Amino acid sequence: MALKGNLRDYTVTHLFRLINLAQKTGTLIVDGPNEKVLVSFREGKLAYAQAGQEDNSLVTILYQAKKLTAPQYRALKERAGNMSDKELGLLLVNANYINQQDILVSLQNHFVAIVNRLFTWVEGFFRFESDLLPPDDKITVRVSLENIIIEGARQLRELEQLQDEIPNLDIALKFADRPGANIRNFNLSVEEWQVVRYINPKNTIRQIARATKMSDLQIRKIVYALLQAGLVELVRAEGAPRPAPPPQVASRIPVTQPNPEEQKSLINRLINRIRSL
Amino acid sequence: MQTVKMVVTGPFNAGKTEFIRSVSEIDVVSTERKISTESERVKETTTVAMDFGRITVDEDLVLYLFGTPGQKRFDFMWEILSEGMLGFVVMVDSTRPETFREARSILETFRAYAPTPYVVAANKQDREDAWEIDDMRIALRLDPKIKLLPCVATEKEMVKNVLLELLYSILADMESKGGG
Ligand SMILES: Nc1nc2c(ncn2[C@@H]2O[C@H](COP(=O)(O)OP(=O)(O)O)[C@@H](O)[C@H]2O)c(=O)[nH]1
Ligand SMILES: [Mg+2]
Repeated sequence: MALKGNLRDYTVTHLFRLINLAQKTGTLIVDGPNEKVLVSFREGKLAYAQAGQEDNSLVTILYQAKKLTAPQYRALKERAGNMSDKELGLLLVNANYINQQDILVSLQNHFVAIVNRLFTWVEGFFRFESDLLPPDDKITVRVSLENIIIEGARQLRELEQLQDEIPNLDIALKFADRPGANIRNFNLSVEEWQVVRYINPKNTIRQIARATKMSDLQIRKIVYALLQAGLVELVRAEGAPRPAPPPQVASRIPVTQPNPEEQKSLINRLINRIRSL
Repeated sequence: MQTVKMVVTGPFNAGKTEFIRSVSEIDVVSTERKISTESERVKETTTVAMDFGRITVDEDLVLYLFGTPGQKRFDFMWEILSEGMLGFVVMVDSTRPETFREARSILETFRAYAPTPYVVAANKQDREDAWEIDDMRIALRLDPKIKLLPCVATEKEMVKNVLLELLYSILADMESKGGG
């Protein structure tokens, strides 16, 4: 039976559990709102993962994992351009640049990070292709799924908590205008700066996430941290369309805004009335 | 005839319905609606109750009290409800610290929708396991300027006090803005 559908109905956790139990071999393709992720399995174990068009070459992964220095990275990029990952890995090990264990661990971490990102997706079409396997020249790993599922569930819980804190991503941010909230006095991470650049009542959090290519969880974490630090406040997005009034009691009662002159006397009338209740 | 409204919000089970019921001259109307959950895993539909109560001030002024649906995923309703309100009350169940975070975030969301005055009601203060007001202020990260009022939603006098304090804040806000 074809394994395909929408993550709304069948979550990544469910899928991984199934792949684990059925010891499946093949590739799971997930088309999310912002990117497409491919995750390959061999006999129910994680073998390989690729996110969107991200550079997935061994050299880049090793460099990101700080196993190669910048000059080494540049030299290898220039000179080993058409070498396959397998050949290059062998070369690096033989040249004593790096050992095999480092290569495998770096790849594992890289693949697991992609997969973890996937766990926070609540939306996206997926399909499982049994006859699609990672390209031959790529180095694959064997990571059992149990821990990945546990970690994924933990992340999902974290996301749910953050969803309580920041329920609506279609709201904008503005800098807090209290004294001492100068952004320059704070030690912000690179990701935080990326978000800070876009802070403006015109940009919703969702738009910022899109512009910075962050997942919902990532953007929520950063916005939460900035809110906690008192640097930003939530504001209604400028120019956001007002939602249409739904057909219920709220809209059937005409609510009038009193003009400023009458307001005070109106409030005083309310006060007197409530006192006398 | 003029109508004005105030909104009573807060987490599920905080005592919003009870609060409105204590001062409303009409039976609190709950409009039960079936709303299916937006994204995620949960497939079943949830019933959401929206309360509203009424206080007639005189022949040409009526105050409506709106209770918001408790659950977070209906926050699209909050925006609609908050439009044109004079102010709002955030109800917090003093016996359930696990809901304080949610109360805080509801407060922030409402404040973002409308810059009106608001007060926080520390409800269920009659219960033995209720948190102290001062501790709640810290836990809720409330600015000292914001009124945090002890409340027992079933006691009319305490509910009146919360509404009066909100009205005093609204008046003070107008005076500071309107040069009065
Ligand atoms: N002891 C006590 N119980 C309360 C108080 N306010 C509400 N309750 C009870 O708490 C429960 C939830 O109240 P309700 O008004 O339905 O909460 P809502 O979900 O916010 O509308 C009900 O069983 C109420 O009777 C209070 O001040 N003290
Ligand atoms: Mg209720």
